[in-house]
Amino acid sequence: MLAAVVRRAVAGAGGIANLRRLTGGATQETWAFDAVVADRAMPLILRRAPGGNRLHEQAAGLETEALLIGLARQAGVPEPRILHVLEPQDGLGHGFISECIEGETLGRKIARDDRFAGVRKTLAHRCGAVLAAIHNIPAASLPPLRRAGARTRFEELHRRYRADTVPRPVFALAFEWLRERIPPDPRPLKLVHGDFRNGNLIIGPDGLRAVLDWELAHLGDPGEDLGWICVGSWRFGETDKPVGGFGQREDLLQGYAAAGGGQVELSHVLFWEVFGSLSWGVSCSAMTAAFRSGVDSSIERAMIARRASECEIDLLELILPKG
Amino acid sequence: MQDTPDPAELLSAVATLMREELLPALSGRNTFLARVAANAVDLARRQFELEQASNAAETARLKALMGHDGTLEDLNRALCEAIESGAVSKDTPGLADHLWATTLEKLAVDQPAYAAYVRRVQSRD
Repeated sequence: MLAAVVRRAVAGAGGIANLRRLTGGATQETWAFDAVVADRAMPLILRRAPGGNRLHEQAAGLETEALLIGLARQAGVPEPRILHVLEPQDGLGHGFISECIEGETLGRKIARDDRFAGVRKTLAHRCGAVLAAIHNIPAASLPPLRRAGARTRFEELHRRYRADTVPRPVFALAFEWLRERIPPDPRPLKLVHGDFRNGNLIIGPDGLRAVLDWELAHLGDPGEDLGWICVGSWRFGETDKPVGGFGQREDLLQGYAAAGGGQVELSHVLFWEVFGSLSWGVSCSAMTAAFRSGVDSSIERAMIARRASECEIDLLELILPKG
Repeated sequence: MQDTPDPAELLSAVATLMREELLPALSGRNTFLARVAANAVDLARRQFELEQASNAAETARLKALMGHDGTLEDLNRALCEAIESGAVSKDTPGLADHLWATTLEKLAVDQPAYAAYVRRVQSRD
């Protein structure tokens, strides 16, 4: 079925080869394959949700993701070219086919491998510039998106904590810390990627090659993206490099301002970093319920549940640092 | 009284078997899954070794902080309610020490190699 779709979507394609499912991407399927075009292999990616589209209550949907990737690409964000958005008659569910961008996505390697030492020096600055480009995409050009500024995001997270986890004092204290600092929404709300972190970036020896996983994109506070990439859980042991384990917050914000994102106060980024750590902590903690209910009783799921305490130490470092 | 080797010793032997003999024979995704499983066995061993003492210490701290008795679960719920109502805040004497001690006790079981934990433990020694 995929071969037929590819023959229609890619000029000159005779068929497909080398189809394999990639790991990673817990809520949607990602497949790699080659389109065979005149004896040459053209590496492509299929991203799809086989049954329904919205596997996550906050997910934007894959058609929307494809549109956003296209818009981001026009705005100068490194992104793959989208070759085809799946249609009902394709019989493959919702999703899209894009170019395959070669490079490293594993956060630990990006933060620690020698071969990326040069790239790491400027990567935080570059991430700031790319985020500015994303946040400056004009609202009028965007598809319909969920609207969620700081107060909405806070309330959603608090409801999730109440519903899905046991009472946890560090999380309770973090909620109170955030509640006292909820910033006013920007007017208008900006396009927020929603999962911009080390792990969702494709990195080559030449630097940032693509930004992945737009499924949590929404209209909101740009600070959310700036804080999320600083969350301790994506530092891969490089605790002193808050931006993805490769850079400093100041470099991120300088890159952001230099690319037209405006001046952002460090305290604003810290609000969203605390929010991000708490959000990931609630997600981890909620995995016990998914594990016990049989929704996903894998040992992987169980071990992610046991990562909630890493968020607790990161939160304490931010809101209640020891002398 | 149950016989020996005790659970910690058995789990330690299982983790060693998985890492040193089974893992090298695997490839691809199975390597990853077996590593996760070996980590889970190690976590269970650490919990077996440390939980009794840490639960007792946590309960004692919570009783002092809250001024009443209760199970660990009840005391934690009461502390969360006190934080939410404002009766306990970050400036309440004993709160910071309690939350830090409890969090370090949890990481000693969950992820003793987590960099932020390693740093705190080293600075304490």
